[in-house]
Amino acid sequence: MNDLRALYEDVILDHNRRPRNFQHKPGGANHQAFGFNPLCGDEFTVYLQVENNIVTDVGFEGVGCAIAVASTSLMTEAIKGKPIAEVEALFQSVHHLLTHKGEAAAPLGKLAVLAGVHEFPMRIKCATLGWHVMKAAIENQHETVCTE
Amino acid sequence: MTRPLAAPRPPTRPPLDLDAVRADFPCLDQEVHGQPLVYLDNAATTQKPQAVIAAMARYYAHDNANVHRGVHALAERATEAYEQARAKVAHFLHAAEAAEIVFVRGTTEAINLVAASLGNRFTAGDEVVITEMEHHSNIVPWQLLRDRLGICLKVLPMDDQGCLRLDKLDALLTERTRLVAVVHGSNALGTINPVREIATRAHAAGALLLVDGAQAVAHLEVDVHAMGADFYAFSGHKVYGPMGIGCLYGRRELLEQMAPYQGGGEMIRHVTFEETTYAPPPARFEAGTPNVAGAVGLAAALDYLDSLGRERIAAHEQDLLAYGLAQLAGLTGVRLIGNAPERLGILSMVIAGAHPHDVATILDRDGIAIRAGHHCAHPVMDHFHLPATARASLALYNRRAEIDRLVAGIHHVQEVLGR
Repeated sequence: MNDLRALYEDVILDHNRRPRNFQHKPGGANHQAFGFNPLCGDEFTVYLQVENNIVTDVGFEGVGCAIAVASTSLMTEAIKGKPIAEVEALFQSVHHLLTHKGEAAAPLGKLAVLAGVHEFPMRIKCATLGWHVMKAAIENQHETVCTE
Repeated sequence: MTRPLAAPRPPTRPPLDLDAVRADFPCLDQEVHGQPLVYLDNAATTQKPQAVIAAMARYYAHDNANVHRGVHALAERATEAYEQARAKVAHFLHAAEAAEIVFVRGTTEAINLVAASLGNRFTAGDEVVITEMEHHSNIVPWQLLRDRLGICLKVLPMDDQGCLRLDKLDALLTERTRLVAVVHGSNALGTINPVREIATRAHAAGALLLVDGAQAVAHLEVDVHAMGADFYAFSGHKVYGPMGIGCLYGRRELLEQMAPYQGGGEMIRHVTFEETTYAPPPARFEAGTPNVAGAVGLAAALDYLDSLGRERIAAHEQDLLAYGLAQLAGLTGVRLIGNAPERLGILSMVIAGAHPHDVATILDRDGIAIRAGHHCAHPVMDHFHLPATARASLALYNRRAEIDRLVAGIHHVQEVLGR
C-alpha cells in the first residue's frame, strides 16, 4: 500500500489530471520527436523551441498511463528555460533515479516524486518514455523512439 | 458444432467442488503482495493442474527417449506416449483420425504452417478473408503471404457490440477466395463467433475455413466435423496444458495435398542428394525432434478436463461469467468492451480516468492478476478508439469470491487515482 502511495504521489496524479504544456506546440518549435512503447501503446510527441542553446518553450501531445503522462508533464516544466547542457544533465539524473534504487545523483526538486516508480520494474519504461523522446528531439533525430 | 456455455444441458453430476478443484492447481496456492492470489489472466495462459506437472515429470523421469525409429524399450514407450497424446487430441476435437492432428508449438505456429504450406499453392490475386477481431497471429501470417505472393487480404468488419457483420460476408466471398480464417472466441472481447454459419458460406463459395481456437478450446466443446472447420488451431497452455505444445487439425485430404512446412528428420520417406520423398501427414509437418513431454502434458490436461466433466466446467464458468457481468455492470465509471450475446469468460474493461496499466498495477498490489494492453489485437483497439483495455479472464478454478475481490480492487483503483 505504501509503495502504491509512493508511485501515485499527489504530484503525479495532479500532473496526470492536468498535464502541463500538453497539446501545446510552440510557435517557434524547431525540434521534435515521436516515441512509443509497443508493449502498452503509450505514445508521445515532444516539441521544443530552442534558441541560443536554451529551451525557451516546450510542449507535448499523445496518450499514456498516469506515470507516463505525469513524468512527461513534469519533464516539460523542468526543462523550460534551461540551457541544453543542463537539460541533458537532468536527463541523466532522472534516468539514474529511475533505474538505481530510486537514489538521486543530484538534487531533483519536484522530480524526486518519480523515485517511487523504481519499486515497480514493469513501469519504469512508462516514466522514461517522455524523457527519451525529449532527448531525441534535442538531438533532432527524426527516427521514432521505441522503448523496446 | 459449438456448444456455448449457455447450452441448456443440465449437469448430470453435482456442481464442481471448487475447493477440491483449486487444490489441484499448486500455482493458485500463494500470496502476492501479502494477499491470496486472484488469478484472472487465464486468456493469456491457464495454470496447470498437478496431474499435468506430474505427467511431464514422470515422462522425463522414466520414459524419456527420442520418438520413432528407436527399437529400445524407452523409445517404444516415448513413441507410444506421443502417439497416444495425438489420438487423445483427435478424440477431443472429434477429428476422424489421429493422422489429422499435427503437433506444433502453439496456435501461432499452426496458422503459420497453413499459411506457408497451403498458402504456397495460392497465386497472385487469390483472396484470403480474415476478420476485424483477429489476434495478430491470424493477421500477420496472411500479410506475409500477401507480400510474398501478391494475394489479396480482405477483412470482415464487426459491429460495436463486438459481433461480426455476417451480413457483409457474402459480398467478400468471390471465386478467388481460397480461405476464410476466423477466430472461434475473441481473446480481446470474448465474442463467440458463429463458425458453423461461416463455414457453410465459405464452402458454398469454394473456400476453406481455418478456425483459430486458441481462446475457445478450454471453454467450448469443439467438434471440427459438425463445425465445418477444414483447419482448427489451438495451444496447449491455454487449456491447462504446458507451453510450447499446440495442435493443428487439418482434414486428411488437405494435409495430404500440402507441401512440407519445414525440412529435416522425421518428415521424410527417403532422402538422396538428388531427391527426397516426404512422409505422409502428420509426420510430414513435424520435422525434427518433437516436444514429447509437451504432448504428454497436453494429454494429461485433456484427461483432467474429462475427469471433471466438460458440462460441469461449462456450467460453472457460465455462472461465474453471469455473476461477473452483473457485478461489473453495477460499477460507476466502468465500461465493458464487447457485449456479444454469446461470449467466453472475458471481461474487457475501461475505467474512467484510469489507464489500463495503472489499473493493472494497483490490482496487482491487491494480489489480483489481470492483463492490461492491446491483447495482440490492435485492430480491435482501433475499432473502439482505445489504446488498451484492462482484461479479467476466467477459468474453471475461479470463484465468485474472486469476482468480489476484483470489484473491491476496482474500487481501490478509483480511490487511489481519484483522490
